[in-house]
Amino acid sequence: MDIGTLIFAGGGLIFLVFVALFIRKQTQRRLPAPGVDPEKVLADHAGKDSADLDPFRDEADVPVPPAEAAPKQSLSAGLAKTKTGFMAKLNAVIFGRGLDEGLVDELEALLVTSDIGIRTAEKLLEGLKQDLSKQELKDPAAVKKRLEEKIRGIVAQKVAPLALDKGPTVLMVIGVNGVGKTTTIGKLAARYTQEGKKVVLAAGDTFRAAAVQQLEIWGERAGCVVVKGPNEADPASVIFEAIQKAKAEKADLCICDTAGRLHTKVNLMEELKKLKRVMNKAHEGAPHEVLLVLDATTGQNAITQARQFKEAVEVSSLALTKLDGTAKGGVVVAICDELGLPVRYIGIGEKVDDLRDFNADEFVGALFEET
Amino acid sequence: MFGNLEDKLSEILKKVRGHGTLSEDNIKEALRDVRLSLLEADVHFTVVKDFINAVKERAVGQEVKASLTPTQDFIRIVSEELTKIMGGRAAELDLKKKPPVIILMMGLQGSGKTTTTGKLALRLKGQGKKPLVVPADVQRPAAIDQLKTVAGQVGVDCYDTKPGMKAPDIAKLALAQADRQGQDVVLVDTAGRLAIDLELMEELREVKGILNPHYTLLVVDAMTGQDAVNVATEFKNQIGIDGVVMTKLDGDARGGAALSVRAVTGAPIYFAGIGEKMEALEVFYPDRIAQRILGMGDVMSLIEKTSQAYDVKQAKAVAKKLKTDEFTLEDFKEQMQMIRKMGDMKSLLGMIPGMGQAMKKLGNSGPDPDKEMKRIEAMINSMTKAERADADLLNGSRRKRVAEGSGTTVAEVNSFLKRFKESKKMMKRLAKMGPGGLRGMMRGF
Ligand SMILES: Nc1nc2c(ncn2[C@@H]2O[C@H](COP(=O)(O)OP(=O)(O)OP(=O)(O)O)[C@@H](O)[C@H]2O)c(=O)[nH]1
Ligand SMILES: [Mg+2]
Repeated sequence: MDIGTLIFAGGGLIFLVFVALFIRKQTQRRLPAPGVDPEKVLADHAGKDSADLDPFRDEADVPVPPAEAAPKQSLSAGLAKTKTGFMAKLNAVIFGRGLDEGLVDELEALLVTSDIGIRTAEKLLEGLKQDLSKQELKDPAAVKKRLEEKIRGIVAQKVAPLALDKGPTVLMVIGVNGVGKTTTIGKLAARYTQEGKKVVLAAGDTFRAAAVQQLEIWGERAGCVVVKGPNEADPASVIFEAIQKAKAEKADLCICDTAGRLHTKVNLMEELKKLKRVMNKAHEGAPHEVLLVLDATTGQNAITQARQFKEAVEVSSLALTKLDGTAKGGVVVAICDELGLPVRYIGIGEKVDDLRDFNADEFVGALFEET
Repeated sequence: MFGNLEDKLSEILKKVRGHGTLSEDNIKEALRDVRLSLLEADVHFTVVKDFINAVKERAVGQEVKASLTPTQDFIRIVSEELTKIMGGRAAELDLKKKPPVIILMMGLQGSGKTTTTGKLALRLKGQGKKPLVVPADVQRPAAIDQLKTVAGQVGVDCYDTKPGMKAPDIAKLALAQADRQGQDVVLVDTAGRLAIDLELMEELREVKGILNPHYTLLVVDAMTGQDAVNVATEFKNQIGIDGVVMTKLDGDARGGAALSVRAVTGAPIYFAGIGEKMEALEVFYPDRIAQRILGMGDVMSLIEKTSQAYDVKQAKAVAKKLKTDEFTLEDFKEQMQMIRKMGDMKSLLGMIPGMGQAMKKLGNSGPDPDKEMKRIEAMINSMTKAERADADLLNGSRRKRVAEGSGTTVAEVNSFLKRFKESKKMMKRLAKMGPGGLRGMMRGF
């Protein structure tokens, strides 16, 4: 890294470190904290005497007890705490009560390889011992059945069909690069056009090369209008115009494509917020639905994606694409669980009719399918 | 160098000291931690299993040398095993072969093949090559246009694929054209495809047969989960893989897919895509990704985030204020707002070495850093302008007012102000160290 970048980031980093230390301090006072001492770490790295660099060290400081000494947490008190020694605990408790260790391994492998994530997997498995009797725990079929039910319970979030009575209903489609936003829009447009609805598409991805042409081809396939701007147009004005047009033509639905963006890009997330405001300006109450598209091949990062997009623009539902592949998209279990976002659609191919409404039973069935 | 994992391990391995050797028992917890870290980073389940077994096998029975701490011993083993899989040094394409050097790009839908093709062409052009890029993605709408546009942007020749052409024909004709035009590199972009799509895989085999490429590169999205192993296995078995490009590494995915793909293919990872711009392609550094996968404080991406949120002027202004002791509560509030823009505090703090583990441990019951920030903000909001400019004005009765106004307690206000002052001192010292000092501070990460 060059000095320029360092200066560039310096001010902020310093401040962040400050906040880190500050909050860490608060933490220490309230909770027997783990045996990590960031003050010391930072000091060590700075090559300074830690006592010299640590302004927080005062007599009111209780010595930090080792991690093992932390008080026993209630089982429901959050995933994070189940971390240390979970398998040991699980073995002691479940195994002690008769759940076969081989079965635990098998289930864990199944859950993790479907991208459910080790934390959610542990949480689910841990839940079993509360739900099942000693006798049932010995029965692999019963254990699996209960596990399936649990997952189904998490992902089966009620979601009403998209209401098309907002004259027009505005649907904002967002997500990271390459997840399938434009394709999903094309499929949706085709579906609603076939149902006799009038659909307008907004070519809001003015950034990626040929993104507009891509949407136009989908518009042709679906048989609906695509509103686009001149080259390198401002996405906000394209979207504004599209919604105006949808209003004027009394369309039922206006679907807005947006450029793919990583949730870590501050300016691009700000741009998304702006787009949302513009939609509301063009048509009060818009967007009526903010659809976050997730790629089923994505691993644990999808959780962060969902969290950040939700925070930025209040995502209302999810579309899970590429389920026609070998990936199972298990990460949505964690997303449904943590963020309460329902899955509305799934993508199962590249053709115009490869879109389905999400079905919890099918999803769970596929998770547990032998591959 | 192993950041928070190292902290955690040293805690655990303290117990080993005095035992003399590493045993299965005394490294159990450490191994469990490594395992969890890898799984959370999306490394494939069985790859993790093999890795943990390899580490265990090597570690158990090792004598803990008096000169080294057990932590260092253990970490050395973990890191050596990781390096074994990841490959130690950055790999480079050998372009000195008889021209034209032919490179075939393949991968799943949306992994970034087209963009990477453009980036690679630009890079090779910069090395004095005369590349021809070939749009052979006849599946996705406007994919051909996309590559043509990209080629125009980076100023390289592009084969003029016509609608309706078949991929193998494109390959044939493009090769002939490359010969005629004396292009020394040919980069062929193909449609994204699932490895279970037999028809499309057959097409790819055919294209490969015609091209007889020097390099068949698999393009893998860094955010890929467990499926990376299936993808790599299938593409390897059905097509053959000479190398890998990891894309979208500018995000905050831990990139465990890199480890999975390496373990399966053994092929070198040549490049890392780190942004949407055409210049955003880097040589892939195995050691960096190894650290990232292990979840060590990700200072690099923290810095990246910071530099996105701040402009240079702001950063300089803050640094100056810190140095000269002019940093006020108002500045503090502004800073907090800037940082809030960068993402949620929990994940930001997780990037600071030593903090990640602490944050995780806090779980849901501990103080939520984001809420904590809001409380602080509320306190500052309840202060007058003069108070914000000079915290010393805040006497007992003023503090009481602030506490009431912000829905906090006087004790909380007191503690905040105390820490504000203390931290200011420390930040001043850090700021004075300047970039050099900061660099020193970060060298270990
Ligand atoms: N197999 C399969 N491929 C899909 C599915 N949905 C989208 N794709 C493919 O994924 C690739 C990317 O899709 P796009 O619709 O361009 O994705 P995007 O999110 O709009 O991409 P950007 O605008 O570039 O960020 C294309 O090749 C699509 O054909 C799906 O459900 N299954
Ligand atoms: Mg798109």
